[in-house]
Amino acid sequence: MSFSVVTFKLLDGFTISCTIFFITLVLALPLGLLVAFCSMSRFTPLRWLTKTLVWIIRGTPLMLQIIIVFYGPGLIWEGDSLPRLTAALVAFVINYAAYFSEIFRGGIESISRGQYEAGQVLGMTKSQIFFKIILLQVVKRIVPPMSNEIITLVKDTSLSNVIAVREIIMEAQAFISTYALIWPLFYSGVFYLVFCGILTLLFRYLENKLSYFKV
Amino acid sequence: MAILEMHNIYKSFGSTEVLKGIDLSLNKGEVMTIIGSSGSGKTTLLRCLNFLEIPDSGKIIVGGDVLFDADDPNTQRESEIRKKRLHFGLVFQSFNLFPQYTALKNVTLAKELLMRDNPEFKKHKKAMLAQITEDGKALLKQVGLGDKLDFYPHQLSGGQQQRVAIARALALNPDILCFDEPTSALDPELTGEVLKVIRSLADKKTTMVIVTHEMAFAHDVADVIYFMDNGVIIESGPPCQVIDSPKEERTKQFLQRYRNT
Repeated sequence: MSFSVVTFKLLDGFTISCTIFFITLVLALPLGLLVAFCSMSRFTPLRWLTKTLVWIIRGTPLMLQIIIVFYGPGLIWEGDSLPRLTAALVAFVINYAAYFSEIFRGGIESISRGQYEAGQVLGMTKSQIFFKIILLQVVKRIVPPMSNEIITLVKDTSLSNVIAVREIIMEAQAFISTYALIWPLFYSGVFYLVFCGILTLLFRYLENKLSYFKV
Repeated sequence: MAILEMHNIYKSFGSTEVLKGIDLSLNKGEVMTIIGSSGSGKTTLLRCLNFLEIPDSGKIIVGGDVLFDADDPNTQRESEIRKKRLHFGLVFQSFNLFPQYTALKNVTLAKELLMRDNPEFKKHKKAMLAQITEDGKALLKQVGLGDKLDFYPHQLSGGQQQRVAIARALALNPDILCFDEPTSALDPELTGEVLKVIRSLADKKTTMVIVTHEMAFAHDVADVIYFMDNGVIIESGPPCQVIDSPKEERTKQFLQRYRNT
């Protein structure tokens, strides 16, 4: 089995991994912010409901959640299963929104009340205060924990092979069963490593970009 | 003619009564200083004035208009309060500058945002923004920071930050400028530069309410001094009366402690 054939096959799988990564990121970030607001709501039932859901999502393995989203509909009300990739995406978005929400909440709550009050006495609206004053300070504060979580997401995409989504680990394992080759599996690690390396550089760049002020 | 009147203001936090029936009035162009020990309710009173706390009962009247009446819910709507706040400027003890903006942008931001409500904004956007920037520069120059326009707050000393905060509060042309212990977070050597700016505002007949622990400054700058203790006003009047020859026993005790330190 030639190196280039293996590379192309793994690239196919890695494309799927990247798809999960980017779609999860794009959907879970805004959803996480929404969940963060719900968990800080002054309306107690909403706050408790949100906190309970976040507890369940963070308290159970992502692998189990993927399995439940994929097999659950068929078992519970005999509905059709979602397509494999879609099921994986649903589980990933919910799971990561829960984690992101806690990072957002921590970031938002770390901004001093004085910043809100300064905006208020200057006649700003609530949304002006949030978007013009608070948000960028929150972003600066949460870049380190976010980069941690996002780098974890890159590698967590491999969990989707539990429902046979053809991501890179799945493709690599196929070489074991079909050709008794183990090295493609080891080789797949290089793809993750390079991708995470690029992300690390991006986050470092972002941190530098935001270093012009202190919070 | 009084520009500011507060009638019978009460405020509790839980079961703790912080303000127990405050009455005060201030004439246009005059400076009021409020003195008193920590926990006497001075800061809460100032926060009520800026609608950062909502009094449980009482009235606030500015220029003859009832801005707040605890018995009239119409005066307590969020959108109403936002507009009414513009009668007041507030300078905080801890500056609360916006860290991600330069000194100049700190001063101009609120005005730029308010300008968007102006129907003329779309047509004359450029000219209006340029005018705000010019005004901002002039204000920073006025507080002695004309050379620090593009500095970020963390690049400035505490005294400089507080002067930016004063310029920021002035930018919206408030009727009444309030100070909440403006020098309490500063080193003694930085206190002077901030007091000098406040002094110069007093000379320009800016109406101000100043909560302070700087007795000498309070005496020097005030037209009228209020001494507060335990949520009530014990004594008020011109500085020569309240500080130099207080009538009330509680005032004498308080001032005695200050002279001893």
